[in-house]
Amino acid sequence: MINLDFLNPAENNNVLEQEEANEYMENLSVPTFEIPLVHNPVEFLKHQTHAAEQCRLSIVHGTTTLAFKFKHGVIVCVDSRATSGTYIASQTVKKVIEINPYLLGTMAGGAADCSYWERELGRRCRLYELRNKERISVAAASKLLCNMVYAYKGMGLSMGTMVCGWDKKGPGLYYVDNDGTRLEGDLFSVGSGSTFAYGILDSGFKYDMTPEEAYDLGRRAIYHATFRDSASGGIVSCYHVKQDGWTLISRTNVKELHYKYQDEPKAPLV
Amino acid sequence: MALAGEDFCIVAADTRQSDGYHINCRYAPKAHQLSDKTVIGTSGFYADGLNFVKKIKQRMEWYFHQHDKTMSTTAIAQLISIMLYQKRFFPYYVFCVIGGIDENGKGCVYSYDSVGNAERVQYQAAGSGNELLQPFLDSQIGLKNRSNENETLNLTEEMAIKIVKDAFSSVTERDIHTGDCVEIYIIRKDGVECQKYPLKRD
Repeated sequence: MINLDFLNPAENNNVLEQEEANEYMENLSVPTFEIPLVHNPVEFLKHQTHAAEQCRLSIVHGTTTLAFKFKHGVIVCVDSRATSGTYIASQTVKKVIEINPYLLGTMAGGAADCSYWERELGRRCRLYELRNKERISVAAASKLLCNMVYAYKGMGLSMGTMVCGWDKKGPGLYYVDNDGTRLEGDLFSVGSGSTFAYGILDSGFKYDMTPEEAYDLGRRAIYHATFRDSASGGIVSCYHVKQDGWTLISRTNVKELHYKYQDEPKAPLV
Repeated sequence: MALAGEDFCIVAADTRQSDGYHINCRYAPKAHQLSDKTVIGTSGFYADGLNFVKKIKQRMEWYFHQHDKTMSTTAIAQLISIMLYQKRFFPYYVFCVIGGIDENGKGCVYSYDSVGNAERVQYQAAGSGNELLQPFLDSQIGLKNRSNENETLNLTEEMAIKIVKDAFSSVTERDIHTGDCVEIYIIRKDGVECQKYPLKRD
């Protein structure tokens, strides 16, 4: 049969448009990953990365992070140590991921997993903003992240993150992890040192705190976690999320905090 | 290993390739020049490293044809992170560092784990001698935990090269996988120079 396509240029245009649309969709779609061609890829990966396997492909881990809502917004405090087995891979990790000027994500678990997926989240939030002409809510952003990692459940991702921000509903704080858990709350702490941080945080938390009191509480909680948890340490970073976006409050070496707190008079026990 | 100065950067790698206690090759380059502003150093599984570098070079060429400019060091840094993460479920067994000059003409170093966690640092050691080398760099370049808090280091190129040579000869003493020869790439504003420095071959 003779091809008479040229008689119908409109259709041709459509084909081009279709191709363009396909290309566009490809750029927007979920990233793809190479999977090893073996019977059970998940077991294969575990065999290479698990601590018990002499840590052949050691992936960077270990953290204390915390975030809480109070009268004046959300406070986010993190340490900066990354460990690979017992080796301290870095003391200067940036564990607060600045997704955009009004959204923060924290990093606990696999460092690469967190930074990759939160970067991807940043891209999607920007697309949402361009499509809808308004900022994405914290709830929606955290759900995007949650759905992304849920698709890879059981594949060995490791991520425990808090998405913090400010939207129409006021301050927002969500916990998202690699199992697909997504919780809304007023106070979270994530990571190997989180139990120690919770202890300080719960005993000192008051909703009506001044911002300065809140920064101090956050830093104190992280400091005490670094003191008892050997996988946490380095520098304590503190962020404050307000109505007009987040600001970096401080980056303090644990050493300085140690001498500062040591000199303070101890409170009576009862 | 890699270290950054004010307006230069050094990437150095030894050239021994070994498997357990057996030395396979005394000259197997692990540092590769990517552009006239960027050099990468790889360690880990040698074949993965070579293949990974080949793929980066391919992506850089595509970028060059598409945008009519060479990729900047910071762009390469992000590309490497994403390329490594693309194999999150079947990782390249490589630990790489890249060194180069950034858009502002400053020396920069990026370090990675095997699945693409990237961090910009001033200096970084990677590979089997990592645990021996990094504390030495912390002390000599990072000036960590000095009693004089205000001490600052004005790292010159000659000093940096001296430190690199010292570092590699010291690690060769204590790490069986390091030795034979070290290739030192010096990246300056006006190009890249490669020096070779022999190490003990035992």
